[in-house]
Formats: sequence, structure tokens, C-alpha cells
Amino acid sequence: MSQTMLVQGNHACALGALAAGVRFFAGYPITPSTEIAEILAKELPKVGGKFIQMEDEIASMGAICGASLGGFKAITATSGPGFSLMQELIGYASLAEIPLVIVNVQRGGPSTGQPTSPSQSDVMQARWGSHGDRGVIALVPSSVQESYQLMIDAVNLAERFRTPVIFLMDEVVGHMREKLVIPKTTPTIINRRKPEPGELPYAPGPDGVPALPPFGEGYHFHVTGLIHDETGFPTGSPEVTEKTIKRLHQKLENNMDEILRYDELHSADAEYLIISYGCSARSAEEAVRMAREKGIKAGLLRLISIWPFPSDLIEEKCARFKKVFVAEMNYGQVTGEVTKVLGRSKVQPVLRVDTQMITPRQILEAITREGN
Amino acid sequence: MKETLKKYFRMNRLPHIWCPGCGNGIVVGALVRAIDKLGLNPDKTSIISGIGCSSRSSGYLNFDTVHTAHGRALTFATGLKLARPDLNVIVLTGDGDATAIGGNHFIHAARRNIDLTTIVFNNNIYGMTGGQYSPLTPTHSKATTSPYGHIENPFDITELARASGASYVARGTTYHTWELINLIADAISHKGFSVVEAITACPISFGRQNKLGNAPAMMKWQKENTISVKAASKLPAEQLAGKVVIGELYRRQAPEYTAEYQKVIDRVTGGNGQ
Repeated sequence: MSQTMLVQGNHACALGALAAGVRFFAGYPITPSTEIAEILAKELPKVGGKFIQMEDEIASMGAICGASLGGFKAITATSGPGFSLMQELIGYASLAEIPLVIVNVQRGGPSTGQPTSPSQSDVMQARWGSHGDRGVIALVPSSVQESYQLMIDAVNLAERFRTPVIFLMDEVVGHMREKLVIPKTTPTIINRRKPEPGELPYAPGPDGVPALPPFGEGYHFHVTGLIHDETGFPTGSPEVTEKTIKRLHQKLENNMDEILRYDELHSADAEYLIISYGCSARSAEEAVRMAREKGIKAGLLRLISIWPFPSDLIEEKCARFKKVFVAEMNYGQVTGEVTKVLGRSKVQPVLRVDTQMITPRQILEAITREGN
Repeated sequence: MKETLKKYFRMNRLPHIWCPGCGNGIVVGALVRAIDKLGLNPDKTSIISGIGCSSRSSGYLNFDTVHTAHGRALTFATGLKLARPDLNVIVLTGDGDATAIGGNHFIHAARRNIDLTTIVFNNNIYGMTGGQYSPLTPTHSKATTSPYGHIENPFDITELARASGASYVARGTTYHTWELINLIADAISHKGFSVVEAITACPISFGRQNKLGNAPAMMKWQKENTISVKAASKLPAEQLAGKVVIGELYRRQAPEYTAEYQKVIDRVTGGNGQ
């Protein structure tokens, strides 16, 4: 029987992780992500899993890297300042191709910023926060229900592509209580591939993804944060370096059909299109309804997988519009990416950085102004 | 190398990159002899290192190995050991790696008394970056970043480990090789967080700046300036001034982290917790 409950997004995220097979959590408490740690501290031992509160966020990232190498599905949860501290080892996990999920329930920034207020200002940190060029997957839920379902996808994508996946929540989605329906059907679970006999540990399969043997099974596998060849050992070779860096991007870019997730509302007949994501997309949804009531044909393109950036999708969906609105709670982080695709003249930002929720009216007003 | 020890090395990764006269090879040699003595299953043994001269060891050793980021070896090891208590997890780290950038992780791993064995290669300097001072550089010594003489006080790793909660603490040197093997073997056998400080000579980056002579002269220093725990216990404090005490310094039986966590699992899943 399916189970229905009234819970926060953070709670749904923790339950999604458990449903996905996550059996290890290491973290350091930080608002507004703390409930994820608290719930998993309680729930993980019940299923034989492990929880540890580490001394800081750097240690938390190290611990989930270690647990993942031990064959466990592992996650951590944090917010902006903690996410900044994790960046060194997020890069490590990208290069060493260690599957794991980092939940970032965004707060207002910079610095300690506004701990209990909403913001979407870590979109670029999710992409470029760690040093060096690397590929990354980031997923953004907009509701409590989606926090559950998408978290399962996040864990699966991490295992599938042997990469860190950033689960980019925001304070509104994290702390909002909504109905969560846990389906009775068991979710599809993806497990990392083990190497065939004789297969080198970092030799990519045809999809660009290498197999990952767990520790303790006799593979005697070497993991390093130095650029390494297919044997896993460091090399100074410029050719191997280039090949590796390109592969870290291409294993994701070439498999966008598996990663790309988005949603549309009234976009088919729309004259005005809003692009939004996370909590802002909920206001955008309401703005679309309000516009339609006034006879304005507005539509919404809601981004769910935000990195790798869905440039082809945006190009295709926005071709027929004279103007596209991007609604987000930061200084224009996704606006900039959309502008890269569509050009400056076509993009109208609707932004809010005062830590107050972006309102449907603010978005509607932007559309109305443009229409006049 | 003794034929029977070759299986512990990735022979195709040798020779190592350490400088002539470096003591790190002796510490690694002591480690594999300790592993051999204990008869550890290599498939169930993982070696985790940080960054620095000592931490290049992981690549030479034929186990599941991780060369982590600077200072973070203990965090990876903590995650691996908690997830997989069935594995023997051994951490190789340098004095800078363990007590500067990794200092916080060091004291917290000790506080948890998690069953890891940490071997700190103490060469008193940052070797790989070319001779900058570390938290173990003695006061008044020269380093490239203390060209007028070092004015900070060094940590005593063994005191730091003990005060933080480690349940086995020992110190050895590369001169006293056989004793070092036994100390490492005891540390691995001990259930809980164990630390072995291995004093190792760095003639190139530390010795040269401080005019300590060549590698044999630095080994001779280890011989002449150390005293065993047993001998030290018979001497009054004033006669111990300037001497470095070696041997098993501290040992206690204390609840171990992964075992305690298993009790929590047993309790909440209805097991008997034993």
C-alpha cells in the first residue's frame, strides 16, 4: 500500500535517499539542511546503515568518499558555507569518479548570509565551485513530492555515471510541508558496475563511464586525486590529462537523454515563456495561472536537471518567442546561462535577492510590462 | 628486497620517488613486515594516505589504496572503516599532513577511538614542497619559510594523540627498524585508534638547511638522542632533557567507535546488542 504523509522537503529528501539504497551519511549540521541529518541519524541504523556527524564539512565529504569506495551508497547534506568547504573534495570525487550525492539546501549568501531565508544563489557554486574543469550533475526539486522522487534519481545518476551529483534544494522546498505519497512500487535502483576480469579500473566503457570495484574484494585498486591513466596511477602526460578532462565532461554531455529532466506548463500555445526552477518555479506556476485568467497566454519551462545546462532544450523551446523571462532568486545565475544560448536581447530577468520569496505578482508584472 | 615481501608491493610502480637518504622507505618496509608478521589478508587491508612525501607510499603498496587530498586521509579512512568494519584500515601521513591541515581530523579520529592505525612519518619539515616549516619543526630550526630560525613551538604528536583520546600511542625511528616493525604490528592489532610516530630523516629538505650532516649522520642522531621507555623510566627527569623517548608510550582498552555503532544498530533493529 502506498503511504501518505505530511512532511518537509528535507524529510522527503532523506526518505528518498533511503529508498534509493543510501546506507551511509556523514555531515555537519547547518541550517536549513539540518533535518536531513537528524532524520537519517534516526533512520539509518534501523536498516543497518551508518550515520556519523563529522567535525566539519570537509571531513564529511572525505567520509562519504571513503564509504562510497567501500561499496556503500553515501550522501551528505549542507548549505552554502558548508558547500564551499566541501568543494575541494567534490573535485576529488569528480576526478576519482566516486559516486555520491551532496544535498545543498541553499540559504541567502554570501558568507553566513541569511541562514533561515530562501535563496537560489549557489547555482554557479554547484557548477564551478571546485577548482579545475570537471563535469557535474545538479538536480533541483520544486516540491516535497519531487524531493523524494528526484533524490532517488540523484543517487541512481551518481552510481550510473560514477560522479558526484549535487541535489540543489532551497530553504522553501526544504522546510515547506506538503503531502508526500510514497508509492507502493519499489523504485528502480541503479548499482555501480564492477569491472570484468582484466578490465582496468579507469578504462571507460563505451559510454565513457569506467567500472568501480568496491574495496575489500581483492581488486587492489588505487584511487588518487592526481590525474591518472586507465590503471588509476598518476601520470604527467599532457595527452592523458586532456583525454581525462574531456571525458569527465563528455560522459555526462553525451548521455543527456538519461540526465535531462524538465517540466512544462501551458508552453504549447504560450506567447510568453517563463524559465524557472526550484521554489521560484512555484511562483512562476502561479504567475502563469494569473496571467491566463487575464487572457495573457503565459507558459512555464521548469528546469529540473540544471547541470549540465540544457542548452539544446532551451534553444529548441525558446526559438519562437521574442522574449523569454527567467525567474530566479539570485543576481542572474541561470539568466546568464540562458543568455549564452538566446542572446541578450531576448532574455528578461526577473530576479530577487532580498531573501524574500519571489512572488507570482512580481513575475506577472514583468510579463505585463513587456506585453504593453 | 626479500622475495616473500614482494607481494605487498606494486613492483611495477617502483623505484620510489623519494630522495637519496630519505627514511620513508624504511617506514614502509617496517609496515609491510608488520603486515606480514600479523598475516593480514591483503584483500581485506586498505591503505589510505594524504598528500606529501610519506603519502606517496599508498601507490607503491599492493592493497586497495587511496591517495587522498592534503590532510584528509583520516576522513576517508573514517568513512571507509565505519562503512566496512571488516577491513583493516591503515593511514599513512606526514607531520604536516596529519597535524597542520589535518590537525582537526587527527584529534577527532582519536576522540572517537575508531579502529584505524595511523603512522605519522615525522621528518620535521614539508619535504615535497621543498622545505617549509611544519608543526613538527623544532624551535630555532631553519626552514625556507623560517629563514631566520623558527619561533613556533612544535607539537608532540604522541601527547596530542593521547590527550585527544587515542588508545594506543607509540614512537619509533628509522634507526630502530626492528622495534618499529613491532610497534606498528602492535598498533594494527590494537582495537581502537592507534598512532605510531615514526621519526624519519629528511637529509635533503631538513638536514641540509640545518647542517645536520648526511643521511648516516641523521640516523646516528636518532641512535644517540633516543632512549627506550624502559630505560627512561629509571632515569630522573633532569637526565631525560633533550632525549626522545621511544617505544610503546600509552595503551588502554576503551570502547571502539564502529563496535559501539554496531550496538546501536543491534538495539534499534531488535538484536541483543552483543
